[in-house]
Amino acid sequence: MSATDHTKNYLQGGGLWSWLTTLDHKRIGVMYMIATMFFFAIGGIFALLVRLELFKTGPLFSPDTYNKFFTLHGAIMVFMFIIPVIPAALGNFFLPIQIGAKDVAFPRLNLLSWYIFMIGSFLLVLAVLSGGVDTGWTFYTPYSIRSATSVIFATLGVFIMGFSGILTGLNFIVTIHKLRAPGMTFHRMPLFLWAIYATAIIQVLATPVIGITTVLLVMERVLHIGFFDPKLGGDPVLFQHFFWFYSHPAVYIMILPGMGIVSEVITVFSRKHIFGYHAIAYSSLAIAGISFIVWGHHMFVSSQSPLANFLFSLLTMLVAVPTAIKVFNWTATMYRGSIWLQTPMLYALAFIFLFTIGGLTGLFLAALSVDVHLHDTYFVVAHFHYVMMGGTVMGLLAGLHYWWPKMFGRMYPEGWGKLSCSLIFIGFNLTFLTQFFLGKMGMPRRYHDYLPQYAPLNMASTVGSWFIGAGFLIMFTYFIWSLFKGAKAPANPWDAKTLEWTIESPPTTHNFHKEPVVTTGPYEYGEVKI
Amino acid sequence: MIQFFKIFELPRSSTMAGKIDALYDFVFWVSMISFLIIVIGMVYFVWRYRRRGVTPEPTPYITGHTPTEVSVAVVLFIIVMAIFYWGWVDYTEIITSKPGSLEINVTGRQWLWEFEYTNGRKTVNEALVPKGQPVKLIMGSADVLHSFYVPDFRLKQDVVPGAYTKLDFTAIQTGEHQVFCAEYCGTAHSKMLAKLKVVEPEEYQKWQKTWEVEQSLGVQPAQAAESSESRPTGIENPAAPRHGAAPELPAERGKALFTAKGCTACHSVTGQILVGPSLKGVFGHEVDLNDDSRITADENYIRESLTDPQLKVVKGFQPVMPTYKGTLKDEEINDLVAYIKSLGN
Ligand code: HEC
Ligand SMILES: [Cu+2]
Ligand SMILES: [Cu+2]
Repeated sequence: MSATDHTKNYLQGGGLWSWLTTLDHKRIGVMYMIATMFFFAIGGIFALLVRLELFKTGPLFSPDTYNKFFTLHGAIMVFMFIIPVIPAALGNFFLPIQIGAKDVAFPRLNLLSWYIFMIGSFLLVLAVLSGGVDTGWTFYTPYSIRSATSVIFATLGVFIMGFSGILTGLNFIVTIHKLRAPGMTFHRMPLFLWAIYATAIIQVLATPVIGITTVLLVMERVLHIGFFDPKLGGDPVLFQHFFWFYSHPAVYIMILPGMGIVSEVITVFSRKHIFGYHAIAYSSLAIAGISFIVWGHHMFVSSQSPLANFLFSLLTMLVAVPTAIKVFNWTATMYRGSIWLQTPMLYALAFIFLFTIGGLTGLFLAALSVDVHLHDTYFVVAHFHYVMMGGTVMGLLAGLHYWWPKMFGRMYPEGWGKLSCSLIFIGFNLTFLTQFFLGKMGMPRRYHDYLPQYAPLNMASTVGSWFIGAGFLIMFTYFIWSLFKGAKAPANPWDAKTLEWTIESPPTTHNFHKEPVVTTGPYEYGEVKI
Repeated sequence: MIQFFKIFELPRSSTMAGKIDALYDFVFWVSMISFLIIVIGMVYFVWRYRRRGVTPEPTPYITGHTPTEVSVAVVLFIIVMAIFYWGWVDYTEIITSKPGSLEINVTGRQWLWEFEYTNGRKTVNEALVPKGQPVKLIMGSADVLHSFYVPDFRLKQDVVPGAYTKLDFTAIQTGEHQVFCAEYCGTAHSKMLAKLKVVEPEEYQKWQKTWEVEQSLGVQPAQAAESSESRPTGIENPAAPRHGAAPELPAERGKALFTAKGCTACHSVTGQILVGPSLKGVFGHEVDLNDDSRITADENYIRESLTDPQLKVVKGFQPVMPTYKGTLKDEEINDLVAYIKSLGN
């Protein structure tokens, strides 16, 4: 490359083809972002349709259509949005920069991962177009073996997307171990990277299991080998073990990166050193570790043995400890800070508020006897939306607003940002707080229609979903608007201390003009020594 | 506030319900207090330390305080272990079968619940159990996963094909309790509903006795019903007129059967298409079958639809209707046919 290239930012130059063949981690990150955000919009539309059906008792769509809606909502949101979005989009973009590197360790593998992801997504889209899937995103057997819908396309899509996650995880682990700039010790890494690192480990270790499971499912459907269907001599509960052995750790693939972002944003907008750096960093690893041995808490009434229930309930309770430490430390970081309520910070605060509810309601479900009542009711639906949307999505939105100026060199409009944040926050609570009560009153999940006693709360919940929809519509609009009309962003609009803010907005192709040398930690705020 | 939450409370109709609610309430208050500590702290900090000007105020250099973090962890650990232990103790009680339980076989099938008592009596989507006596449901599935869920009892158990699962309970409140299917099982999952009727033990005994006597005399229930005073309505032959009442028309009995036998899970009578075709306007009209032939729906066609549903499958529908051969008595079929006839025009 010629020397003049160094003055160009990564967005400049080249047509579509140069994007599709790029090895630049930033461009690949942006490509992931476009894809995942698009899928998020589709998954969101399915969610709105689900809520629309539940607005009133009595059918609006046919039961089969409704069943496809909630299946596609779940599958798209989980596999095509929430698992990849933070690591693959924001992680790709900022991991190398935050450790002072030029790129990830294996740029070609990185591009390949994107293509694999797109092929997998394409198969899932094909499943939608060829009539949809109606098994729920959990693909429980034997229903998924007998269902006449496009189960094969959907599960193969999940299978293929898994490789993308494994390769990205591998890439990140090697990059963190091998490409840190001089002086960037592990304990000087931003907490976002600790979170991404823990996530990558889970992705590499857990994803193969869902791969194998989907292959077994397809073999059973096509070749009639009896793994899971008792008619063929299989065991349907075995499938649940396989499925959750991956999908519980996957919950932490989803939430840990969001926690990482919140750690960054809270310190920057409080101008305070993070409270308990080591506790937050290592609790990410602790959560990653425990996440592998709690999967059975999804199966307390599945007929698994009481001993298994004993152990899974006990171990699940342990997750509460590292998680609570994090929440405590984020709050403590704000103590005696200088708190700047910009949109990223609002989302970080929303994260703490909502995620705390999500985490605490997990205690109800981890307690064996209470779970017997609440399992498979709307209580569970509310709980995981508080964690996944109230946690991960709020973290993502905090990160997106926080890094938007760096990624695209433009500021988003602050007033609109706050408006859409408020709409989403209010709408979210209206949509999902009500569902805790529905669950406590016994309304089972995945119901196309419900008994009259559940009507008022369902109606409120649906109205909430419209607020969320409006909030996101505003956000998508102003983000796109800001790409063209937003104020030019300075190199460091938030006065943050991590390495990405020492370079231009947007960064040049090579990120740094010369390799940075790191001498301090990432959060050295605080003038008043005590 | 507490009053407000009361409207969301379910009746506590089993011995376990109160215990499960007690732990629920304990976890609720623990959560509430933790939540308030975090949120009040957060809101207070945001307000107290908000940035007042454009330039940030100087802040102190605090990097953490290990003793506080450790104490938070320890306190939390103790609390969650207490919750765990409490949950486990109650759970062992939930899964323990009491000696001398009344056993009922339950079969879940897409999309209805069948009950069979030890004396051979069968019911669909409705079961009668005595108050105060331990009951043990021995459950199986004819097709996919289901889950037997009684919110008033706070109890649920998945129903798994290829294996038996069991659910033990002792009801402490008479009345009708809703049963849901809580594990997704396809199209009419949300219509897979049943009623568990809890009655005084004497009433239960009488209910079984009457039936046993009828069986031994070979009396058909539809006739015997007229002489039986004790039959609670809605069970087994819901249309049976009570003593003294004028006998109902067959179509009216058929209408009650239509609900009681679970037809409503798949058929509407309003023209709306569910899993199966709507039965409005079927009788006396032409029906398109999936082998591209046509047939006029007469009494025999309807009867055959019930006894051998797979023989002639309506075009555009899956052959999923279960056979009612053996579960419906001749009189009942007559009543249903009369009812469907009445929907014909
Ligand atoms: C599991 C769902 C299901 C249940 C329960 C069910 N049916 Fe059906 N039924 C169907 C389906 C699907 C069809 C159409 C396919 C066929 O002809 O087999 C059908 C067809 C019929 C037909 C023929 C309708 C026509 O348009 O020609 C009649 C009559 C009928 N059912 C009556 C009943 C009655 C009475 C009951 C209750 C005793 C009942 N069904 C219970 C699913 C069900
Ligand atoms: Cu889990
Ligand atoms: Cu079901």
